[in-house]
Amino acid sequence: MIDGRSALRSDRLMAPVARRVVGGLSVVALVALVVVGLFVAPPDAFQGDAQRLMYLHVPAAWLAYLAFGVTAVCSALYLWGRTRSLVWDRIAGASAELGVVFTGLTLLLGSLWGRPIWGVWWAWDARLVTTAVLFFLYLGYLALRRIPAALDVRAKRCGVAALIAFVDVPIVHFSVTWWRTLHQEATVFNPDLDVQIEGTMALALWLGVLSFTLLYVYLLDLRYRLEVLDEDRDERDLEAAIAERAQGGVPSAGTVGVGS
Amino acid sequence: MSLLREAALIAGKDLRIEARARVVGQQVVPFGLIVLLLFAFALDPDRGVLTRVAPGLFWVTVLLASLLGVSRSFALEADNRARDALRMSGLDGSSIFLGKAGALAVELLAFEALLTLGVVVLFDVRLASLPPLILATAAATVGLAAAGTLYGVLAAGIRARETLVPVLLLPVVAPVLLGATRAWEASIDGVPGDAWPWVGLLVIFATLFVGIGMLAFGPLLEES
Repeated sequence: MIDGRSALRSDRLMAPVARRVVGGLSVVALVALVVVGLFVAPPDAFQGDAQRLMYLHVPAAWLAYLAFGVTAVCSALYLWGRTRSLVWDRIAGASAELGVVFTGLTLLLGSLWGRPIWGVWWAWDARLVTTAVLFFLYLGYLALRRIPAALDVRAKRCGVAALIAFVDVPIVHFSVTWWRTLHQEATVFNPDLDVQIEGTMALALWLGVLSFTLLYVYLLDLRYRLEVLDEDRDERDLEAAIAERAQGGVPSAGTVGVGS
Repeated sequence: MSLLREAALIAGKDLRIEARARVVGQQVVPFGLIVLLLFAFALDPDRGVLTRVAPGLFWVTVLLASLLGVSRSFALEADNRARDALRMSGLDGSSIFLGKAGALAVELLAFEALLTLGVVVLFDVRLASLPPLILATAAATVGLAAAGTLYGVLAAGIRARETLVPVLLLPVVAPVLLGATRAWEASIDGVPGDAWPWVGLLVIFATLFVGIGMLAFGPLLEES
């Protein structure tokens, strides 16, 4: 599908038709999720209707991991000399952006669920703390991406930062888990783990995963396209500024700062 | 020249400049002590809170100071195109990394020694078992210096680096804060057995970041 070497200037990941199909399917799956999650699946025996948030929370968390995994793999592919292509850098950036959105959604939905079930908005549970650190790690990565620089400079810089973040996540998780198990008598009990999941509930969960994954693919392609258009605009602005300068004019505002 | 001799050359240069400019001595150390005073203002010093949370306060202060240290370490080469000179010196990227991280670690250790004096005197902390405490401090400092130097070169040449480095570095070194604080707590409470696993974690972190730094510093320096 994507050839890292020859696709140096490839401006889209999927054919427009494929993107529209994926987008359409994700809308259908989302509608199905709403119907099954809100109306078909019964309320949870212990948690009542609040448990329905899990149909969004769990898929969001899964998507966040997938997105950051894609970012790490693509960053490695960029940094490795033989597969170096800006295609990987663009996918890495687009995926990290989606990952941050999904991580934020995971934290937000988890918090909304935690208030009625645990009685608190936030608990110092190992998984929660790790997710929060994960969120900030990649928020920093996105900040780095926004720094204007030549494309290959930015790609190399961000590739290294993405890999550092990826390597750091297990250490963060490990240290936080240790911290909580050594210092807390009882960790928060999650009844979901022990309870048999009823058929329609499982269906809702899988529909959530499916629709979010489709949405991710659709948004990734869209974001990739936007990145290409951004790069083209910067290039055109630069050329216009050079042409203006060559004619002896003063570069107009809005064209400076590119590639600085 | 061997890797370590080159590293010593770079570390010597950084430390010599630092010894002459005295920025760490005249600005970073007073900054740390002021932070200790501010913590005492924020948390009532009469109820023993300060003594109990001293390890955490100590390491948060070290983390903040390390940001200043990183910024200072790369400010040395910001003027007069000194970074170009460094690039053209023919020295290996890994040895430049080891040198700069080593110099930063030495500065941080000196800072920590003075800050320890500060928490002992101001926060009434008694250091019960020293070996795990010293080892945890050493490993945490190496880890901080390595990660800091790595992000320092990543952000070198970027205009917004003063604000960018904290956003990038602080989440990454969260395990260092956690490990070093717990190791200090265990050492102060006199249960060194609880401290050793954390020392192990800090050593792993330090080893990992020294490794990544040695690999990535050269290519990043080329681009900065």
